[in-house]
Amino acid sequence: MQNYDSSDRYLKNLDDGNREIALTTDDLHVAYGTHEAIHGVSLGFERFKITALIGASGSGKSTYLRSLNRMNDNIAGTKVTGKIMYRGLDINGDNIDVYEMRKHIGMVFQQPNPFAKSIYENITFALKRHGEKRKDVLDEAVERTLKQAGLWKQVKDDLHQSALALSGGQQQRLCIARAIAMKPDILLLDEPASVLDPVSTATVEDTLMELKKDYTIIIVTHNMQQAGRISDYTAFFHLGDALEYDETRKIFTRPKIKATEDYVSGHFG
Amino acid sequence: MNNDEIRASLLKRSRASKNEIFGKVISGICITIIIGVVVSIFYFVASKGLATFFTDKVNLWKFLTGTVWNPSTNDAQGDPQVGALPMIVGSFSVTFLAAIVATPFAIGAAVFMTEISPKLGKRVLQPVIELLVGIPSVVYGFIGLSVVVPFVRRTFGGSGFGILSGTFVLFVMILPTVTSMTVDALNSVPRNYREASLALGATRWQTIYKVVLRASVSGIITAVVFGMSRAFGEALAVQMVIGNAMLLPGNLISPASTLTSVLTMGMGNSVMGSLSNNALWSLALLLLIMPLVFNILIRWIGKRGAMH
Amino acid sequence: MTARKWDKVATTVLYLISIFIIFVLAFLLLYILISGLPHVSWHFITGRSSSFEAGGGIGVQLFNSIYLLVLAMIISVPLSLGAGIYLSEYAPKNWVTSLIRNAIEVLSSLPSVVVGLFGFLVFSINFKFGFSILSGALALTVFNLPLLTRKVEDSLQAIHYTQREAGYALGLSRWETVIHVVVPAALPGIITGMILGMGRIFGEAAALIYTAGQSSPPLDFSNWNPMYIASPLNPMRSAETLAVHIWKINSEGIIPDATQVSAASSAVLVLFVLLLNLAARYVGNRLYGRLTGVKERK
Repeated sequence: MQNYDSSDRYLKNLDDGNREIALTTDDLHVAYGTHEAIHGVSLGFERFKITALIGASGSGKSTYLRSLNRMNDNIAGTKVTGKIMYRGLDINGDNIDVYEMRKHIGMVFQQPNPFAKSIYENITFALKRHGEKRKDVLDEAVERTLKQAGLWKQVKDDLHQSALALSGGQQQRLCIARAIAMKPDILLLDEPASVLDPVSTATVEDTLMELKKDYTIIIVTHNMQQAGRISDYTAFFHLGDALEYDETRKIFTRPKIKATEDYVSGHFG
Repeated sequence: MNNDEIRASLLKRSRASKNEIFGKVISGICITIIIGVVVSIFYFVASKGLATFFTDKVNLWKFLTGTVWNPSTNDAQGDPQVGALPMIVGSFSVTFLAAIVATPFAIGAAVFMTEISPKLGKRVLQPVIELLVGIPSVVYGFIGLSVVVPFVRRTFGGSGFGILSGTFVLFVMILPTVTSMTVDALNSVPRNYREASLALGATRWQTIYKVVLRASVSGIITAVVFGMSRAFGEALAVQMVIGNAMLLPGNLISPASTLTSVLTMGMGNSVMGSLSNNALWSLALLLLIMPLVFNILIRWIGKRGAMH
Repeated sequence: MTARKWDKVATTVLYLISIFIIFVLAFLLLYILISGLPHVSWHFITGRSSSFEAGGGIGVQLFNSIYLLVLAMIISVPLSLGAGIYLSEYAPKNWVTSLIRNAIEVLSSLPSVVVGLFGFLVFSINFKFGFSILSGALALTVFNLPLLTRKVEDSLQAIHYTQREAGYALGLSRWETVIHVVVPAALPGIITGMILGMGRIFGEAAALIYTAGQSSPPLDFSNWNPMYIASPLNPMRSAETLAVHIWKINSEGIIPDATQVSAASSAVLVLFVLLLNLAARYVGNRLYGRLTGVKERK
């Protein structure tokens, strides 16, 4: 891989008073044992927009994303330092209740991971655990989220069937429905379409475009066309650093950094 | 929820985080109980078993090599007669003999299941072996008593009770365990070893004998040692066919005894704290230590196998 | 002989060995069933055993076996679930954990007679429970715990990590995720292990001889108050189980029809264990199908 000068970077500062910022990271470092995977990334994410994180495998984009709702907490030996500001609070701090925080910052994973339960249970299970017992509220949540995820028409008669019997694309949309049933502020997606076929991918993308009305979306993708199609902002990650962050349009047409240009034009490495 | 409510909820300890502590405590208690059981087994059995040597001042060497077990009387030097050698010899005899008989059968069946006919192996032999494991040991003992003992009596003479009958019963009892562990060992030999050998023109048997079995030697030995550990600790089935005579066995068809058989017969007939009782606990301690020895042996074999 | 001939001979020998093993099982089962079943009658299964004459039944022993089995499972299932969850979900990867794993492995390799003697020493004598159902159930728990714990841990580990992440990402605690997501998904394996464990407990005798005892007091089957001294449910009474009964009548040989009674008892015991084995398979497959919406296990 070609060596790029990592001090050569352009990170657009969105926090200029003109827009609402949902989440920012300030000098975020992530280390697995003695190996540092993220070397101090500072980015701000605008509310009700889709931000794409792109970069080669091993660039740290997924690690960074997983730190945002502290999913790395459960992996032994991982240390995340720096600030993650959400609603004026540093949610990387010890005083923050992680479980409560994850209700506001939801996540959808690379592999569709529906629970081995019915479709209905998949969506209502966490709501019930968090204390929602009213049947009409739960029913409403199932219908609303499945509609938002573009799955309602296909499954509305099979709500009590096992979710594992669904196809991969349907499972992933169910996972999106399950995540938004919590009514989070922010939705993190870790390459949600990478294991799906093109048709399912297109449906998931439509779903995301639909969802950004209500949610701030941060999505990791290795698919540049996808980033170009759906995102408003794009951050380019390289070897644990964010080298360029700008409006997606600019990243794909006039990147300011050589590494970004090589990557988006396919001349990378 | 408005901003302030969300901020407040983030700073408060949630139901989930209390629930998490609850879970850690509950599961921690469960594992602690199990550890407590293991520790107390060793503590209690050792404290009783060692009393023979520390309280009753029995010489350890005499205990291990003495051939007369009669704790209530003293020998010529005035020491109590607690010679455990007949039982130790009995236990090791049935264990080794059962392993020697079972090993070729186990290897043969395992080779059949993995190399000759995996389909028949999975459909027929696998369930057969699982059922054999499930048969309770008293049932093995009963069949040993009503089939094996008369058979040995008719064929080899004597009473029929003895090490030979014990061997036959244990052979059938450990065969399924040794077989299924050998199957695992053979299955872990990479497929391409076999293909390479067959491609070089070797016959199937040559491939099995020279490649597959050679490559899984340590796994097979582990299986056999594991089976021996089982055989050594088996109590009732052996006790029912061995004859329970606390004499150094002169041949395979005269009544003998094992550590387990003496324990099952004797523990009820002695008074707690007496020498004859403590001596029994010493035998129990031996029974407790042997699985450890077998365990260490298995690990050692596994490590050596991994190095090759 | 040529290599080809050797190959033929070896294959024949391997076939013979396999047939021999099948023959052994067939012989064992047929022997037990043919010599035992003719003596199995309703009177035999429910009747009282006799100490000296022929014609005794196994009603009390069968009841004791089932009662002990239930009690032992009631104690060991939650304990093994908790311990298995700890090892699978919470245990840090360090030397303490590997020591704990080794300790459990040692416990599972102990001869059952040693477990029985430990139970005798600690439960019967030190705790003053005497020869009682309680002592027996505790001894069976010690005997059963390591294997169940192992089975629970293995079944939980077989559930993919992404299932847990799904729960965490919804703001659920690890404990909630394990109890409500991972354990249900692992249920086919766990239940199969538990049923097989029940088979092992049901046939176990060596651990019970000096804990539950080798005799039963006269029982009053009309009074089910556990506090009543002659109640069948009284946990402080001694209880000879079916497996212990087989052992005892064979070693003592007092009753004249010992062989018939043993054969019939063995038949009942083996049938019960066979049923549990079949149940384990059936329930495992059914649950798996229910959970995944897939008809057959691959």
